[in-house]
Amino acid sequence: MMKLITAVLKPHMLDPVKEALQGIGVQGLTVSEVKGFGRQGGHTETYRGAEYKVDFVPKLRLEIVVDEAIAGQVADTIQSSAKTGNIGDGKIWITPVESMIRIRTGDVGIDAI
Amino acid sequence: MKRKLAVALMAAGTLGLVLAGPASAQVADQYDRGAAEGAAAMNMVVLDNIFIFISGVLVFLMQAGFALVEAGLTRAKNAANIMMKNLMDASIGVLIFAAVGWGIAYPGDFNGWFGSAGLWVSGFFDGALVDISPEALASDGFYPLAVPVDFFFQAAFAAAAATIVSGAVAGRTKFVGYILYSIIITGIIYPIVVSWKWGGGWLDELGFSDFAGSGLVHMTGGFAALAGAIVIGPRIGKYAADGTPRAMPGHSIPLAMTGVLLLFIGWFGFNPGSQLQADMAVPILAVLTAFAAASGGVGGMVTSWIMGGKPDVSMAGNGILAGLVAICSGIGELSALGTIVTGFIAGILVVVSVLGIERMKIDDPVGAFSVHGVCGFWGLLATGLFSTATPVNGADDSAGLLYGGGAGLFIDQLIGGVVIAAFVLVAAGALFTALKTAGLLRVSEAEETAGLDVSEHGSPGYGPDILAAASSI
Repeated sequence: MMKLITAVLKPHMLDPVKEALQGIGVQGLTVSEVKGFGRQGGHTETYRGAEYKVDFVPKLRLEIVVDEAIAGQVADTIQSSAKTGNIGDGKIWITPVESMIRIRTGDVGIDAI
Repeated sequence: MKRKLAVALMAAGTLGLVLAGPASAQVADQYDRGAAEGAAAMNMVVLDNIFIFISGVLVFLMQAGFALVEAGLTRAKNAANIMMKNLMDASIGVLIFAAVGWGIAYPGDFNGWFGSAGLWVSGFFDGALVDISPEALASDGFYPLAVPVDFFFQAAFAAAAATIVSGAVAGRTKFVGYILYSIIITGIIYPIVVSWKWGGGWLDELGFSDFAGSGLVHMTGGFAALAGAIVIGPRIGKYAADGTPRAMPGHSIPLAMTGVLLLFIGWFGFNPGSQLQADMAVPILAVLTAFAAASGGVGGMVTSWIMGGKPDVSMAGNGILAGLVAICSGIGELSALGTIVTGFIAGILVVVSVLGIERMKIDDPVGAFSVHGVCGFWGLLATGLFSTATPVNGADDSAGLLYGGGAGLFIDQLIGGVVIAAFVLVAAGALFTALKTAGLLRVSEAEETAGLDVSEHGSPGYGPDILAAASSI
């Protein structure tokens, strides 16, 4: 079985997370720029003296498909390398993946990772 | 067809005039300023003043060029902060240069090292500043220019020298610390250096030659930039744990290169305007300015292509600026060929220097030191090498090393360059170290990561995102 690990991170933590993941042998990941809010609920900025609220804070979403056997280790690595200890560090969640196909070769399953 | 031929002939004629070298004796005979009398003389003076005013406007336009170059070559989260620093270099620069800098830079008779004309532009409080009577013009020491016109032109130079540093310390400097720096450089450091040559000080007596300021303006800004970049340290993430430099690409090459072209245009005020009067040397100085920029651009492009495998856009832009910086010193004294060689070598130097500085763990995001410090110094030395004995602008008539003048001028240029570099490094280094000690130099790690736009100024340079439901609360 394979697992999809999705993580939402502070944008500037991408490099340390990427390096830590490469360190444990992760061979690929997908990143997208996203916006969102969690318990912090956004923040306020000021423009020409007036305050305005930014409800959706810029984040990065990481998606990695890995063999079930190392899913826990990958999630732990993301957690430790993405942590600043401040509010807004993000979340990690793990979901099962039914199937995977490499487009170039047609490989299916674990071989396609 | 006929029209094309005429244009080609005109271009060839202009080129022939320039390439044939300066013919100052004939020019002086046919355009003898001293022979004009009455209305003709008055028209001449009015033209001089209007021309220098327009040149000052062009030099002032360079603030926009610097702002765009610096913003484009750095990250989007610091764009508003860069704009703010450039706005304040212009705003604070004009006021501080009027209050303090001018009196230090243009002191009249003095000891040759530090000006003593006092505070404020002469006549600021008693109304003489706006006295444009012929008597005032004849006695103000800046003939044919009225004091306000010359002040405006020189204040634009001071603001340019100050704002060179902005890019070198971009992305990590506290705004309040930058303002304090800007006050000290336009009020004290830059005017002291200027007084040594343009104020009639010791460099002037030495025989040092710096027509538009490769040394006085650009080396001052460039070496202050180096001091700032060293003292403040690299941006977070610029160097990997093992010390390898990481590329931190600018967020907008179109903005940065528009800035380069604005600076190019502004330089048509910087160099020809330094003639300080409207005469027939002016259009030739403009053509030579274009030659230096063009050869610098080609030099930078070719060098980046050879060294990096592909022609790098921002390096070609740096090359144009490097050529312009380098020719300030000797423009009009150098032959056209010497001008092109000077610009081309500057284009090579700037690329080599940017890569070298980066490996020395000095983070200068826009190459300010390489363009203004290194190529400013090269410009001084180029004058010592290529200067002809027949300057088109009536500037220094001593010939350089390669034009039969011996080593005298070259040594004077070397002395001037070394002293300016050392003085600015020490003065600006002390200033930045004092700011650092006082905790006023660098923002916190969290502020740097979030970007200076929001942490220092409250909102981002590119506005709230469409997803961010902006509402006043």
